[in-house]
Amino acid sequence: MSTLRGLTRLLSKAIVNPSNGHSTTTPRCLHTAYQKFAEKSPEAKQEGEKLRVTMIPGDGVGPELMHAVKEVLKAADVPIQFEEFWVSEVQDRCSEAQISELIQSVNKNKVAIKGILATPSWFDIGELQSVNMNIRKQLDLFANVVRVKSLPGVKTRHGEIDIVVIREQTEGEYSALEHESAPGVVESLKIITRTKSERIAKFAFDYATKHGRNKVTAVHKANIMKLADGMFLDSCRQVSKLYPKIKFEAMIVDNTCMQLASHPSQFDVMVMPNLYGNIIDNLAAGLVGGAGVVPGESYSPDCVVFETGARHPFAQAVGRNIANPTAMLMCAFNMLSHMNLVAHAKLVQDSLLKVLRDGKIRTTDLRGYATTTEFTAAVIANLGRA
Amino acid sequence: KIVKMASTLFKSLPRRLPLLFARSGYASSTKTAIPETEEQRLCTMIPGDGIGPEISDAVMKIFDAAGAPISWEERNVTAMKGPGGKWTIPIEAQDSINKNKVGLKGPLGTPIAAGHPSMNLLLRKTFDLYANVRPCVSLEGYKTPYDGVNLVTIRENTEGEYSGIEHAIVDGVVQSIKLITEEASRKVAEFAFDYARKNSRKNVTVVHKANIMRMTDGLFLRCCRETAEKNRDIKFNEMYLDTVCLNIVQDPTQFDVLVMPNLYGDILSDLCAGLIGGLGVTPSGNIGAHGTALFESVHGTAPDIAGKDLANPTALLLSAIMMLRHLGKMNYAGRIEQACFDAIKDKTSRTKDLGGDATCSKFTDEVCHRVKD
Repeated sequence: MSTLRGLTRLLSKAIVNPSNGHSTTTPRCLHTAYQKFAEKSPEAKQEGEKLRVTMIPGDGVGPELMHAVKEVLKAADVPIQFEEFWVSEVQDRCSEAQISELIQSVNKNKVAIKGILATPSWFDIGELQSVNMNIRKQLDLFANVVRVKSLPGVKTRHGEIDIVVIREQTEGEYSALEHESAPGVVESLKIITRTKSERIAKFAFDYATKHGRNKVTAVHKANIMKLADGMFLDSCRQVSKLYPKIKFEAMIVDNTCMQLASHPSQFDVMVMPNLYGNIIDNLAAGLVGGAGVVPGESYSPDCVVFETGARHPFAQAVGRNIANPTAMLMCAFNMLSHMNLVAHAKLVQDSLLKVLRDGKIRTTDLRGYATTTEFTAAVIANLGRA
Repeated sequence: KIVKMASTLFKSLPRRLPLLFARSGYASSTKTAIPETEEQRLCTMIPGDGIGPEISDAVMKIFDAAGAPISWEERNVTAMKGPGGKWTIPIEAQDSINKNKVGLKGPLGTPIAAGHPSMNLLLRKTFDLYANVRPCVSLEGYKTPYDGVNLVTIRENTEGEYSGIEHAIVDGVVQSIKLITEEASRKVAEFAFDYARKNSRKNVTVVHKANIMRMTDGLFLRCCRETAEKNRDIKFNEMYLDTVCLNIVQDPTQFDVLVMPNLYGDILSDLCAGLIGGLGVTPSGNIGAHGTALFESVHGTAPDIAGKDLANPTALLLSAIMMLRHLGKMNYAGRIEQACFDAIKDKTSRTKDLGGDATCSKFTDEVCHRVKD
């Protein structure tokens, strides 16, 4: 009996080991939850086994938008189970325990969808770091990607725009290192490191290569911050030499803003430090129709958080049922295709684009009269019809 | 539902009404603190490099044609190494500006690797020019994606991210210091409200990022709030920098006077210039201590077209008009400005950068002709 047991043990080891060896050779960043799912037999899917995704509804209209996402995904029969974490800085739900629980969940699931966490502009609690910054740092979400693209049916002042804004979001101005050196004299430190600058530059060029883009523009202010932004620019330039097929150019941030407002079509992929990213994300989002229509995502070496491109809590619209769920729904289908649920992603995407293209149901930010609920219902009604 | 809509509209009315009346152009300064004066004023003129001499000639010609009571004192400015290895500007230029209190300056080039700081920085330091003012007004007839832009950016000009304090802690880690002081913040906030009152503007918005830089921008915000308390006649609101960026490219008409720290001002003022057609049509003024004011065009020296009679003098002319207003000569300012706008509206006299084919001198003659009528 014991020999039999030993034999099975040996056998099972022999079976398990090669598969382990295999999984370690695949790149970590690609190793997402869907793989576990994909390995399962088709029967398992039918049994109702669901993928787990962390959801952070956030403040402002976040919960309303998340509700829209849940409704649409439910209607599209997407096998996803959300784990919700209601952290918030303005409502005092940001204790260390709550945050670490959230971090654990994201680390486990590798995929998260996040609303907007409002950041108060006071620091009574004596905390210089906002919860957003805290989460980004703990998860090491170093790259924020915002794809700014004109949508069908959304009228804008400029022609076709298709820009990818890549922002370093773990250092720079968002260091939370500030102090009052004398009464009435305050200083804030901006930290730029070569390691992180090279990492984001490499990310940008890899992104450009993978998505067939032709040009990467580094945005900086190296004429004034000669050392800090100088190093960022230098890192980008060094990395660009490894990618001879992709054009590289540098542009000063104020000129970039001016060019974006007047001739935005000249840009392709843009890479920049933290604060400039915040500015240009929002500016570019404004060009194609505002915060309600631009999706984004943040990458760490091994997990992805999907969130809107321009992060505004839109607190004045809470409970009024007027927020535009387009951006969040786009995040959702980006998430689905990231999880390799391609068919579901296409289903949702086609339906959403059809609703936008038809232009009959528009929310107030796109000069329509429809409510969030009506828009969501329209997307659900068009599932599989586009 | 209709009742709800109507009630929200009604509630927003008192907020919107004053704004509707406020926007009738920065030309329409009805009430001014400085009385209208016919007194002849002496102003320093720094023609600058590249296209500078051509466009400053154009401005002087137009002022002559309008009969504006301004006489010019021309001074050249170059960087000079003073005693103790400190870079300064020539003493004649310094004296002239200190005496006249007002100056007009064309573009100045800083050669790369010249070893001295940029000329603009030198001038800023020499005369303690603490606030930079840039009105952005849509030019009628010159089409950009944005219409009806009429706003002013006021930028703190001496500290913030431009403190120039930077060092590498270890190899590959650089720390750059953003410095905000209560004194400078208060000064620029007071100036912003003062400017708004003098130019009949109704609303001052402070642009900040105090949600992230809670102490530095927090201090700037606090100074603006406290100043707003003392200036109850002007409406005051605060906005995050990213929200301003998002909104300004969607609807720039909702903004009036914007006041902000250095870097944000740099970015937003150029962004606003982009809304109305670029730096070639945007005037700028720098306000300093003891009533000194230096008005300038912020575009480059354009060495490729220098001396070819192709430059566009609009930015410098509009800056000169700002100078007239600063001196309280509102009527002359209004007349010259109207002539300039009319000349731009007429497609045949536009310079190349505005999509026309007129030369600098043709445009100048056109403005002169109109200002005489």
